[in-house]
Amino acid sequence: MPSVMFRENEQGQMTMYIPKKDLEENVENIELQSETEWGGEVTLADGSSWYLKPLEAKPKLPITLRVTRSGD
Amino acid sequence: MTVMTREETEALIQEVLEVYPEKAKKDRTKHLTVNDHEVTQSKKCITSNKKSLPGVMTIRGCAYAGSKGVVWGPIKDMIHISHGPVGCGQYSRAGRRNYYVGTTGVNTYGTMNFTSDFQEKDIVFGGDKKLDKLIDEIETLFPLNKGISIQSECPIGLIGDDIEAVAKKKTEEHGKAVVPVRCEGFRGVSQSLGHHIANDAIRDWTLGARDDDDTFPQTDYDVAIIGDYNIGGDAWSSRILLEEMGLRVVAQWSGDGTIAEMELTPKVKLNLVHCYRSMNYISRHMEEKYNIPWMEYNFFGPTKTIESLRAIAAKFDESIQKKCEEVIAKYQPEWEAVVAKYRPRLEGKRVMLYIGGLRPRHVIGAYEDLGMEVVGTGYEFGHNDDYDRTLKEMGDSTLLYDDVTGFEFEEFVKKVQPDLIGSGVKEKYIFQKMGVPFRQMHSWDYSGPYHGFDGFAIFARDMDMTLNNPCWGKLKAPWESDEAEEAVAASA
Repeated sequence: MPSVMFRENEQGQMTMYIPKKDLEENVENIELQSETEWGGEVTLADGSSWYLKPLEAKPKLPITLRVTRSGD
Repeated sequence: MTVMTREETEALIQEVLEVYPEKAKKDRTKHLTVNDHEVTQSKKCITSNKKSLPGVMTIRGCAYAGSKGVVWGPIKDMIHISHGPVGCGQYSRAGRRNYYVGTTGVNTYGTMNFTSDFQEKDIVFGGDKKLDKLIDEIETLFPLNKGISIQSECPIGLIGDDIEAVAKKKTEEHGKAVVPVRCEGFRGVSQSLGHHIANDAIRDWTLGARDDDDTFPQTDYDVAIIGDYNIGGDAWSSRILLEEMGLRVVAQWSGDGTIAEMELTPKVKLNLVHCYRSMNYISRHMEEKYNIPWMEYNFFGPTKTIESLRAIAAKFDESIQKKCEEVIAKYQPEWEAVVAKYRPRLEGKRVMLYIGGLRPRHVIGAYEDLGMEVVGTGYEFGHNDDYDRTLKEMGDSTLLYDDVTGFEFEEFVKKVQPDLIGSGVKEKYIFQKMGVPFRQMHSWDYSGPYHGFDGFAIFARDMDMTLNNPCWGKLKAPWESDEAEEAVAASA
C-alpha cells in the first residue's frame, strides 16, 4: 500500500509518482471521474493498475495519496 | 579506435562478464547495457539502485555520506555533528570543496569537523547524555551558530539512541533549530537514501519554520537554486546568470546556503532543480504543500545553458524573457571564443564518464560543445528516473553501466580506449598509470566552477590541459621505446 503522488507535468498530463519504485508514469485512465466521486481503478501507461479509494471530488494537484495494488 | 557498433559493444559486455561466477554474472548483466534510442524507459534495459554485489569493488558511499556530506554539510552557518565514532566525520571533512563566504569557526563552519567521538562506554550506556553535553559546549564555544544538525553514524541506529528527544529538548533550551537526521550509514544501498533521509529531515524540522510569518518581502521573481552544492563556486557562476536575468535568488541549496535561506524557500515562486537525484524529494514536497512548481535545468556548456535560461525565462513574464535574451547575447562572444580556442584541440576525442548525481547526463552537452563525444556513462547511485533522462542524452550504441565495478570499468577502458575519463579520485590513479588522461569529476579536480558561461571557459581549459598534456607521451622509458629497440637491433 504505497503512498504515491499525483501531479500534472509540464505538458498538463497527470502522472503518478511512486517514490519507493522511482516510478513516475503517465496516468492513462481513472475509473471514477464524476462530480461526486474521483478515484477507483487507476491505469498507468506502463500497463500496471492501482486502486485508489474514491474521493468526494477531484483534489487539487499535486497530492500524496495511498493506493493499493488492484486485486489486493 | 573507431566508433563501436551495437554488436561490438554487446560482445564487449559479454566478454567482461565472462570472468564472474554464474550468480554474480546474472546480477551484473542487468546493470550493463548498450544504449538504444528506441527504448524510452530505462527499466526495460538497465537495473539500478540495487545492493552492490559482495566481493566487487564499488565506489558508492553510505547514507551518512549522502546526508552529511552532500545535503546538510554545505549549509554553512549550522554546525553538523557527526554523531558516533570519530572516523566518519574526520575522513569526510572538507573533501567536497563546497565553497562558502564567511569566517570559518566564527560564523561559518563548513570545513570543520564536530563529532561526539563515541567510545565503548557510549555504546554500552548510550550516547544521549554525551550529545546533550556536546550541544551545550557548542553553544558556549560557537555562539554565532544558527542551528545544529545531528548526523547519525551507524552505531546510533544500532544501539537505539533517542536523538529526537535530545533535539527537542535542546531546541527549547537554546531557542535554535536542532535537527536530528537518522542517516545511519547502513540504511539503503548507497548515498542515495541518505539524500532522501536528509530531505525528509529538512521537510520535518526546518522547512515549515516561517509558515505563519509574512514579514519577508516577496517579489514575483523569487526563485531558489535547489541542488547546487557550489563545488569550486558552481552556484555562484549559476546565480549571476539568474540575477542578470532579473530574477531574485532567495535561497541556495545547499552550497553556500544558510538555514535562513532554507526556511525562506517556501516563499519563492519557482524552484530550480539542478541535482535532481538529491533534491527532487523536497521539490516535490514543496510543490504539494506550498504550490511551488519546480523545473530541472542544466548549466553545463553553452548549448544547454542557453536552453535552460530560455526555459526558465518562459516561466516568467516578458521583461524577464527580454533580459534573458540580453544575457545570452552578452555572453555569446565569450563562449564562442572559448569554443574557437579549444574545439580544434579537442575535436573528436572520446570520453568515458562514471560519476554520481546529475553529472553523468548533464555534462554530456558541455563535451559536445567542445566537439567531444561521450562513449560511455554511468551512475554510482542513480535510480531508474535518472537513466530515463540519460537514454536520450547519450548517443546510440554507447555503453551504460550502473554501479560499475573496478574490474568492469578497467576492462571497458582497455577495450573502448577513450581519450579521457571522468570519474572519482579512487579511479584517478589507476587510469593515469594505465596512461589514460583523467579528470576527477566529483570536485572538478580541485578546479572549477564548471557551471554557466564562466564555468565553461574553465571546463574547456581543464579538459585541454589534461588531454593534451605532453606527459602522456612520456609514459614509456626511453630505452623501452620502439625507436630505442630499433637502434639496438641496427647496432647488433
